[in-house]
Amino acid sequence: MASSIRVRATANGDITEVQALIQHPMDTGFVKDAKGELIPAHYIQELKFECNGKDVFVADWGTAISKDPYVKFSFKGAKKGDDLKISWTDNKGGSDTNTAKIA
Amino acid sequence: MTALTGPRATRRLILQGAASVALLGLGNLPFAPARAAANDKYPEEAFRQKSEADAIKALYGRTAEPSDKVKLDAPEIAENGGVVPISVTTTLDKVTSISFFVAENPSALAASYKIPEGTIPGVANRLKMAKTTNVVAIVEADGKLYSATKEVKVTVGGCGG
Repeated sequence: MASSIRVRATANGDITEVQALIQHPMDTGFVKDAKGELIPAHYIQELKFECNGKDVFVADWGTAISKDPYVKFSFKGAKKGDDLKISWTDNKGGSDTNTAKIA
Repeated sequence: MTALTGPRATRRLILQGAASVALLGLGNLPFAPARAAANDKYPEEAFRQKSEADAIKALYGRTAEPSDKVKLDAPEIAENGGVVPISVTTTLDKVTSISFFVAENPSALAASYKIPEGTIPGVANRLKMAKTTNVVAIVEADGKLYSATKEVKVTVGGCGG
């Protein structure tokens, strides 16, 4: 199965810009399905980006993050060809990881 | 057979009911506020708070002062409250975390980002908004809290129901 995480990391001089798109329902627990039953909350709680053995960005998320979350940030200290490791865990114990090469 | 399992099932149900009541009771106890900035744990308590002020208190344990060095970029009008692009940048030094709050969502805290040294203090993400309300970004820099607020008009709420 294809990874739920799509990342683009581009180095420009000393600064690496990271854009990530994750496939996840991010159910809030407030929405009802077609039968009128509540869809239980199902959302990513923690998202972490690591580069060269160091956390470069850590997100704690609640249900107010949109479905199929998108996040963008930049960091210093990486160069082209370095690995960027992305991982998330959700409130149901689900998780996924992916590694991207910085371009 | 039914005569035997019947009462037993009922007893189990009652026991389960009692157990969940006990658990719920525990959940309502006032725990010491978890400070996201100070530790690495998921700030569950802060995400459970309904109002923006309570969520800020649970997350940071103090209040923020408005600052023009925090730049919050959000649309004037969001047609779809389910996807509202919001970003924040700041010129402050020594930023350790950035958090987003949506004042009138069922729980105000939307996201909290830790900014380690070497990471540019700025983040863009997409939030859900239940209705027209204020979006607040809080930047923690050098141990102090700075905020920026902007009202976003929402045509269709993004929390369902």
